[in-house]
Amino acid sequence: MLTYIIRRMLYAIPILIGVNLIVFFLFFIVNSPDQMARKILGEKNITQQDVDNWKRQNGYHLPLFFNTEASGGGHFTETIFFQKSAKLFLFDFGKSDTNNIDITSQISQRMWASLAIALPTFLVGLLVNITVSMIVAYYRATYVDFWSTIVAVMVMSISQLFYIIGGQWLFGKMLRLSPISGYDSGVDMLKFVILPVVIGIISGIGGGIRFYRTIFLEEVNRDYVRTARAKGVSEAGVLFKHALKNAMIPILTNVVLAIPLLFMGSLVMEAFFAIPGLGSFTIEAIQAQDFAIVRSMVYLASVLYIVGLLLTDISYTLVDPRIRFG
Amino acid sequence: MKLLKHSYITFLMLVIFFISCGVPNNPYPKSEQDAEIYYSTFDEEPKHFDPAVSYSSDEYTFIQQIYEPPLRYHYLKRPYELIPLTAEAVPQPRYYDTDGKQLASDAPAASVARAVYEIRIRPGIMYQPHPCFAKTDSDVLRYHDLTKADVKGFNEIKDFPMTGTRELTAADYVYQIKRMADPRLACPILSTLKDYILGMEAYAAALANGQEDAAFPGVEIVDRYIYRVILKAKYPQFIYWLAMPFFSPMPKEAIDFYSQPVMKERNITIDRFPVGTGAYRIETLLAHKEIVLVKNENFRVERYPSGGEPGDREAGLLDDAWETIPFIPKVVYKLEKEYIPRWNKFLQGYYDSSGISSDTFDSAVTFNDTGDPRASEALKAKHIVLRTSVEPTTVYLAFNMLDDTVGGYTPEKQKLRQAISIALDYEEYIEIFLNGRGIVSHSPLPPGIFGYEAGETGINPYIYDWDASTNRPVRKSIEEARQLLAEAGYPGGQDRKGNPLIVSFDNTWNSAGATSRLTWMRNKLEQLGITMESRTTDYNRFRDKVKNGNFQIIFWGWHADYPDAENFLFLLYGPNSKALRDGENAANYDNPEYNRLFETMKNMENSPERLTRIREMNRLLQRDAPWVFVYHPVVFGLSHQWLKNSKPSALGRGNFKYLRIDARQRAESRQAWNQPIVWPLWICLGLLILGTIPAAITIWKRERQTKQAPIADEASEN
Repeated sequence: MLTYIIRRMLYAIPILIGVNLIVFFLFFIVNSPDQMARKILGEKNITQQDVDNWKRQNGYHLPLFFNTEASGGGHFTETIFFQKSAKLFLFDFGKSDTNNIDITSQISQRMWASLAIALPTFLVGLLVNITVSMIVAYYRATYVDFWSTIVAVMVMSISQLFYIIGGQWLFGKMLRLSPISGYDSGVDMLKFVILPVVIGIISGIGGGIRFYRTIFLEEVNRDYVRTARAKGVSEAGVLFKHALKNAMIPILTNVVLAIPLLFMGSLVMEAFFAIPGLGSFTIEAIQAQDFAIVRSMVYLASVLYIVGLLLTDISYTLVDPRIRFG
Repeated sequence: MKLLKHSYITFLMLVIFFISCGVPNNPYPKSEQDAEIYYSTFDEEPKHFDPAVSYSSDEYTFIQQIYEPPLRYHYLKRPYELIPLTAEAVPQPRYYDTDGKQLASDAPAASVARAVYEIRIRPGIMYQPHPCFAKTDSDVLRYHDLTKADVKGFNEIKDFPMTGTRELTAADYVYQIKRMADPRLACPILSTLKDYILGMEAYAAALANGQEDAAFPGVEIVDRYIYRVILKAKYPQFIYWLAMPFFSPMPKEAIDFYSQPVMKERNITIDRFPVGTGAYRIETLLAHKEIVLVKNENFRVERYPSGGEPGDREAGLLDDAWETIPFIPKVVYKLEKEYIPRWNKFLQGYYDSSGISSDTFDSAVTFNDTGDPRASEALKAKHIVLRTSVEPTTVYLAFNMLDDTVGGYTPEKQKLRQAISIALDYEEYIEIFLNGRGIVSHSPLPPGIFGYEAGETGINPYIYDWDASTNRPVRKSIEEARQLLAEAGYPGGQDRKGNPLIVSFDNTWNSAGATSRLTWMRNKLEQLGITMESRTTDYNRFRDKVKNGNFQIIFWGWHADYPDAENFLFLLYGPNSKALRDGENAANYDNPEYNRLFETMKNMENSPERLTRIREMNRLLQRDAPWVFVYHPVVFGLSHQWLKNSKPSALGRGNFKYLRIDARQRAESRQAWNQPIVWPLWICLGLLILGTIPAAITIWKRERQTKQAPIADEASEN
């Protein structure tokens, strides 16, 4: 197992270099360091000297990939790519290009706001999705199944933005049951979290039901289920005890992979609910052309995704004794 | 079944939670219910609070409450009037010739070799409580030799247990001017100031070379309360810079305090935590969530103004005359990126003031018979007050004067641009796309700026005729535009070889409403037979095109730094060409006559003679038409009845100290407007129960069938 984990972690290094290279390449196709400087310094009265000063102070005065003026290894190390990328692998994200704020401290501050929304949405949503899917599977081939499927497709087809604006209008404005937007820490957080969590669950329920229903229907048609029924196990027992346990591998694939990415927050939800999480942090950085934050967030998301995949593989061994790592 | 039971319990808990909250949509703690707190919003995180660097109106909203330059604009009077803030009086420059002989105040600019501004600061002004001033019992600055251990766990200024203060001195102002010369700070007005302040360029160069103790003859401390700024030329507009945060005082203790390595490591910097003498200080800075200002405990006694412009008394803006300010002890700004939640929370009474977006304009504003805007009936029912003001901003379409087709100075080229200016009916544009929130411009100068003229004398005679019967300007007809186009060599929109006239319009209009605006422009130019090609691009590419002069027509604007004609007319001064000299003249207009007039006008005091020059310059611009004069924006602002003394100000933003809140009235209104409606939840609960009964029965039946089946099978086997 340990060998397997180490091997997978070593595989991750070229992947992360590749991701970093792509981000770097895409970012600097759209923005040159001069354009970044002018955007950050402002529009009025900015001279080329100010731009050059800013680039020098922030390390953007070097060539992008290859330094012809350097010698030896300096050809590659005295470049923006190397200088900005090398520290990422030590999880030293540095400071924001726009306002010089420490990125690591921002991530550690904002992560909790993202989790405050994402974690309950994920856990309660998972519970609701699995429960409703099992009920729908229980009523398979009846009007309940038929209408549930139609409603699920309808729910899936509507943009999340509609749920957000509609939810704010209905629960915040018309019924006045929750604040329209905002965020606070401590116990006061609860009143701000309820509405986005409810909206997150509702907007995800369509896809969730469709996915888990398919899994359960596959399971209930297998031989072991027929055997269980033949032995007199109740229908609920068949579903909740036997089918659920055997459906864990596809569920785990979906769930474990999603857990690390919960930290990254939701871009739209956080913007509309004024939640100071990592989703809004990323969006603001893209808008402000803050390369330092953009590359840090993409790098972090890549690492978390790789960790998610690794955890998924490990979790298989926990639910299926047949799986062993060589 | 257990799950269903849990669902009911959860649902009931939610209902009970909502009911127990009283007003559950209140986003603020109960303790703030009756407090005199001003609530507002910001939609973008401020980047800089260092007055040497900050240059955005969003940031000025905060730092102008904290930092105090020597001068300010009168809160109520319009046109904007400079008055002292920390200074004893508005300084009058003394002029000297090359021999050091003092000249008269109206001396011609050419004879002035030195202009000396002597600023006398009022004694007794104290800084806010701040740890940079804190001292030990032995009178040593307590926090100026910090180690990592000393600041462990510290993230904000309020984490420091001890604070101190001291009196504001002239040295603090001089220190700040010197800071602006530091190239490491990238002060955005350094390039302008270097042209005027004596020795600033050399001082900046010396700092760049690490010579911290270099001489700077352009600023000097006369005594504890007096300092001088010495200019190397006559520059009457300098007085306006003295009202901007750039010229605020900066205590050296603050910079020493923040410059310690451990402070930088913890990101506690002057760019985030200002140190000022203003009415407020920052208490909480969570720029990704909220910014809280509280009253500066050391703020001096200052009075609410006793005079304003006509109508201010009737509007209740002088009810608090001579009262001690500030009235509000705390100001809370929440980050709200999206307009819809912001607007709805304003309507619920959770924000005290708001702007109006195009989406909600029709429901918020109506126009009376004379075309004056009024708050809609729905807003009036909530006693919401509407105020409007014209921004010191000019929006324009610039022709590239270096372009072969639309540029040039021959009469034909002038007529081509005049024809396009006539065809683009911006009265219509303002009605359709801005809901009337703008006034059509006839020159670069907006209302409220010396040189702006309303009425017949102020119109652009190449685009408008004066209708004496209605006393209003009337745009020339499209036939006249076609005639001008024909005279320009494009009859029917075709050149003499029969090729169609195609002009490109470079823009960054990527939003949803952009297509209709582009279609409108295309249609207007098609009336002349001109084909318009839209070249929409991202802002970086757009900026590069403008910088390189690679465009024909662009849409742009300018917001004034200070209320003077020079700050608008310099946008067309030849040596400021964007393409040739990286200046602000995006049209690359270069008319020697205009340049000559500008050079004399810019150094003149406001006078009839200066007005004559401005008129001549405007006429040249109207004839040459390097711009299509588009509009000056009108800002619509709404405030609740409990917010008193609110008056929009585009230039002076240090206004929180004048505002007053009737907290009791606000609490009552919020209570009345936000009673929760719970009955739909009960209906949902009822439907849930009703819906689950048949399901439960079905489950029960199936379970029975499953249990009976093996018994039946066994029976049959037996």
